Amino acid sequence: MRPNKAGYFGIFGGKFVPETLMNALSELEKAYCKLKTNKDFHSELNFYLNYYVGRPTPLYKAKRLSAEINGPVIYLKREDLAHTGAHKINNTIGQVLLAIKMGKTRIIAETGAGQHGVATATVCALFNLKCHIYMGDEDIKRQKLNVSRMKLLGAEIIPVHSGSKTLKDATNEAIRDWVTNVKNTYYVLGSVVGPHPYPMMVRDFQTIIGNETKKQIMELEGKLPDYLVACVGGGSNSLGLFYPFEKTKVKFIGIEAAGYGIKSYKHAASLITGEVGILHGSKSYLLQDKNGQVLNAHSIAPGLDYPGVGPEHSYYKKTKRAEYDAVTDKEALEGFKLLARTEGILPALEPSHALYYLKKKAGRFKKKDIIVMCLSGRGDKDVEAVSEALGIK
Amino acid sequence: MSVLILRVSECERLVNILYEGNKMNKIEKKFKELKEKGRKAFIAYLTCGDPDLKTTKELIKVLCKNGVDLIELGVPFSDPLADGPTIQAASQRALSNHISLKSIFKMAKELEASIKVPLVMMSYYNPIFHYGIRNFVKDAKDNGIDGIIIPDLPADEAGQIELFARKADLATIYFVAPTSDEARIKTAVSHSKGFIYYVSLTGVTGSRKSLPSQIKKDIIRIKSFTKKPVCVGFGISCAKQAKDIAAYADGIIVGSAIIDKIHLAGSKKKALIDVGLLASKLAKAVH
Repeated sequence: MRPNKAGYFGIFGGKFVPETLMNALSELEKAYCKLKTNKDFHSELNFYLNYYVGRPTPLYKAKRLSAEINGPVIYLKREDLAHTGAHKINNTIGQVLLAIKMGKTRIIAETGAGQHGVATATVCALFNLKCHIYMGDEDIKRQKLNVSRMKLLGAEIIPVHSGSKTLKDATNEAIRDWVTNVKNTYYVLGSVVGPHPYPMMVRDFQTIIGNETKKQIMELEGKLPDYLVACVGGGSNSLGLFYPFEKTKVKFIGIEAAGYGIKSYKHAASLITGEVGILHGSKSYLLQDKNGQVLNAHSIAPGLDYPGVGPEHSYYKKTKRAEYDAVTDKEALEGFKLLARTEGILPALEPSHALYYLKKKAGRFKKKDIIVMCLSGRGDKDVEAVSEALGIK
Repeated sequence: MSVLILRVSECERLVNILYEGNKMNKIEKKFKELKEKGRKAFIAYLTCGDPDLKTTKELIKVLCKNGVDLIELGVPFSDPLADGPTIQAASQRALSNHISLKSIFKMAKELEASIKVPLVMMSYYNPIFHYGIRNFVKDAKDNGIDGIIIPDLPADEAGQIELFARKADLATIYFVAPTSDEARIKTAVSHSKGFIYYVSLTGVTGSRKSLPSQIKKDIIRIKSFTKKPVCVGFGISCAKQAKDIAAYADGIIVGSAIIDKIHLAGSKKKALIDVGLLASKLAKAVH
């Protein structure tokens, strides 16, 4: 069973937080472990996932995409069709239900692309809870649509002006808020990062992606896929897809953001180029300089724009259970166009990275190979940025 | 006859007691000395390299002249998540001067001969981890550092660094927070050497006009588990607060209030004067 009692996935993970939060993490772990095996909690969670989020999401065979890239059989796991437009809500419903059981009255969250912020604000509206969302100034500018959505849902957005003004800094600020208001506040972390038990808990809530995929592909193809492909920022959609297949022979491919190119030093490929370090409460691969200062990441996709990565991905890399590659900003834009024109789906910029990978590496797959790619979110939020980048007026 | 035969492990224990007794760390000596005089400790925090290392050095000398008992050398970090706006900004300024652990060690070495107060390094974990734990402990000790405080490294995760620190006689100082339960207090207390750092409030560093009333009760509680000194930090900004807390704690730690003084001064000369004045007031309040 991973993680171990101390929250480690091999040498990765752990709890590297100020003393003030240590008790809160233990309480959280206790509460979560108790609910994890509680039938009533699961039936409540499943009720909301089915009737509110709209699960199960379809597993869609993208024939024109396969034909266009002259590649293998490609199935898209349509997380973009989940309520609020991304996989993030699988986790926020779970965590907010947990927060309610723990008697917390105020919810905070960090957000990069705004998808986790929207998913948190949505669930807080649903359960009538106070909600504060930390968001970097830079991200507020490039994700205006999601900022408006959060406000309309009744959340208060707290702009973060420190550091690179993106997801990393929003996370710092959310942790500072949690340290200050730990008694009444629940921190809904949006990815498989942070101190134990978050990486485990977020993974568990996201495994619905992989569990559904397993069932659906068996119905459709009568066998498991050959490959699973997904983008990796913090790594929650990919881990949610991969984890239920861990004990099978299915190969995992995670795609990071290469930004302006791996050699440009302006990217977010922590697994490919990072060294082991500690950020936001856990030990994992991390983009850092020679003095152990954390570097600012860069990606056109705000949801991938993070210098760290979930500890379980680091474990997958170290043990070679998964392989990782990276796709640049420019290539991701091509991935975006590709899906729009072949399948009539506007993907978010994050999974556009994984889409382009399929095109770039189409030759490595056999025609009969079956690939499931997680289409983690829809592209409405990126329409403005993509139009600008592509010069569409 | 059997009375005379001590088991090997027992011998080792006795030797250790004698050995540790003789080899009192500079921090422990300082607290012993203060106790004998009936005084409490005034501990000052500076972010090294803010505005530059030369000024940090001069500030340290000014603090020493004005009654400081121990100095915390803050290592700037890109993501100081236990710090409020004052130290965040100080860290950013220092990092823009390319301050690293190496340059701080060099400064500490240069100061070693001229100052008597113990130096404690306060750093987030990643710069230390990246430096290499074994090398960090060695270089810290070789450059006159007496102890380390790592705000994002609870004792639970500190096994490796403690192993090296114990051998090198580098004190490891852990935090107790208002949210720590009995088990956590016991862990922090048993792993701490030098003193125990009590965080006065649930929150980040930075001056506060008023401090929680819970502090006194918590200090008494911590002291029921240990004879080691307990010092209070976070939020303390003036002599009145320092005096109130020093009535029951063994020392007070002031950081943000000093850094605010440096930056509100306008000139380096005035900064040195203002920090000296604040230091002498704080020292007087606790001595």
